[in-house]
Amino acid sequence: MTSPSTRTLFEKIWRRHLVTAEEQGLPATLFVDLHLVHEVTSPQAFTALAERGLSVRRPDLTLATMDHSTPTDPSIDTARLRVLDPEGSAQLDRLQANCDRHGIPLYAMGDERRGIVHVIGPELGATQPGMTVVCGDSHTSTHGAVGALAFGIGTSEVGHVLATQCLLQHRPNTYEVRVDGRLQEGVVAKDIILAVIAKLGIGGGTGHVFEYTGEAIRALEMEGRMTVCNMSIEGGARAGLIAPDEVTFDYLEGRPMAPSGDDWEAALDDWRSLPTDEGATYDRTTTIDGSALQPMVTYGTNPGMAIPIAGAIPEDHTIEPEKRASFLKALDYMALEPGQQLQGKPVDVVFVGSCTNSRYSDLLAAANVLRGRKVADGLRVLVVPGSDAVKRQAERDGLAQVFVDAGAEWREAGCSMCLAMNGDQLAPGQYAVSTSNRNFEGRQGAGGRTFLASPLTAAASAITGRVTDVREVLS
Amino acid sequence: MSKRFDRYTGTMAPLPIQNVDTDQIIPASYLKVTDRSGLASGLFCRWRYQGGDPEGEPIEDFVLNRPQHQDARILLAGDNFGCGSSREHAPWALVGYGFRAVISTSFADIFRSNALKNGLLVVPVTASVSAALFDAVAANPATEVTIDLEAQTLSLPGGGQAPFEVDPFARRCLLDGTDQLGYLLKQAAAIGAFEAEHPSRLDTRSA
Repeated sequence: MTSPSTRTLFEKIWRRHLVTAEEQGLPATLFVDLHLVHEVTSPQAFTALAERGLSVRRPDLTLATMDHSTPTDPSIDTARLRVLDPEGSAQLDRLQANCDRHGIPLYAMGDERRGIVHVIGPELGATQPGMTVVCGDSHTSTHGAVGALAFGIGTSEVGHVLATQCLLQHRPNTYEVRVDGRLQEGVVAKDIILAVIAKLGIGGGTGHVFEYTGEAIRALEMEGRMTVCNMSIEGGARAGLIAPDEVTFDYLEGRPMAPSGDDWEAALDDWRSLPTDEGATYDRTTTIDGSALQPMVTYGTNPGMAIPIAGAIPEDHTIEPEKRASFLKALDYMALEPGQQLQGKPVDVVFVGSCTNSRYSDLLAAANVLRGRKVADGLRVLVVPGSDAVKRQAERDGLAQVFVDAGAEWREAGCSMCLAMNGDQLAPGQYAVSTSNRNFEGRQGAGGRTFLASPLTAAASAITGRVTDVREVLS
Repeated sequence: MSKRFDRYTGTMAPLPIQNVDTDQIIPASYLKVTDRSGLASGLFCRWRYQGGDPEGEPIEDFVLNRPQHQDARILLAGDNFGCGSSREHAPWALVGYGFRAVISTSFADIFRSNALKNGLLVVPVTASVSAALFDAVAANPATEVTIDLEAQTLSLPGGGQAPFEVDPFARRCLLDGTDQLGYLLKQAAAIGAFEAEHPSRLDTRSA
């Protein structure tokens, strides 16, 4: 165990936020520094407050946006949405009313600060090292990339945080996920996290907080770190952390909600004390050789069912007997066979977007592959920026034009086809290469079949209309 | 919706699938509600109805559509039940349908937390107990078990009992029928003291 003088990053953040410690079976009361809110998981929480006559304790530490059910079709404005999707529209109206009533800042449709909740938090500098960050959304783990303890909560807990700015929590265990070595050409953050989940299994991190360490993690820019932390939940861990360093500080400096002036200097002193101490230990540790990683793609119906893109789906006799039925059920849904190669498999749709891969660097990577090329005949390619700010920057820098020239659809910011709540969805039986985070049955539309992959793989596949290794397109 | 749980005796609906994610329990198309009602019809709808929609014909082979499991109020599921999205709509849909408890070898963290806040007991059992329960239900769908939260035991069909773990605080709340927000609200003074000692660097209203 860790001695009292040496602590992990997680332990340092945890201890700083204890209003009351855990004792005799009672959970700890943990203070929340930032509560992010969106339209889908909040209405019942606000209702619970209203029923008890409670107000929001800290609107100044709460931030709301509209992302999950918002249209990404530029021709759909608020008035048209009321007709096309009255239920979704009513949910957006409800969020507006709740935020107005409680004085919570809200980035509504048309606000240039609006975007996917896990894209705008870091983008605005609202998520900062050492913070506790929660949201009624499992991909809140994204914010761990800046060295914040960030995790998803249910709607009851959204109500708890609105009313008290606190959560009742038991201390999770720690799990070091070390990725050594240097990534090969064509291998990116998404491939790291898909390989981690394939190794540990989708329940492998249950009860734990991941801390990603090692040379391959240190070498990532902030947005790549966000991609890695984003999918921690797909490994069963509620949170994923990366220790803050100069990359983090360079990213945050000057952002609208980041500290400035003397406060910035004081914050830096504090943040530099956060990384895990020499000699501190984790409850569990795993090591991956980053230099051996290949571009990854999923073949099944959970994110742990992933293989190197040049590889083949496992033969069923290699699957443990008690897991075989679920394995075959997944392949049946995907209409794929054991032992089959995915490379070359024709697809119907390519989706570049989601809180995993919709940031500027993701779009840049995809645009660099697509520049001067055309998407395959008959293929639908959606490029959905993660925020209005990303969209504007991509338009300013010509990335949007690259996508449009190639024949892709350039959309408004939102969660879009990641969870298919807003009308952007696969038709039954269609295959998609998607840069999102979940390949669950029907996740991207009832009957839709998802291959999760990196933005590079998605762009390469957009050109050929088939699952394609980006290294073949670039060579 | 009762949030109390003390003891329940009844039959089980077997769902021998691993890693059942919350998108299967209730698809995203059902998340546009602003209250907790109307979710029961969407429960497992992609597996339950042709076309994945309650308008479609029931799929006969799916456990909730089999006559012998119509009255089951305990779901017996495979490993890692409730993984994926944090949507509390998943336990709302299960409770709305009438389920009182889910038995599995393991549960995803957020689902477990959400379920226990809604009177839906999650009962973790060993792989051998799980296998024995699946066998017993296959042999006789009318097999009953008793879940006793006070004693933290699950009675087994062949006789004997399996102990199970549950978070002691959540257990107390379920037995008393109280909710956790009340407990938090009583800590207002301690929270106020914490806030005074730890001024925030952030003001979300500033951008």
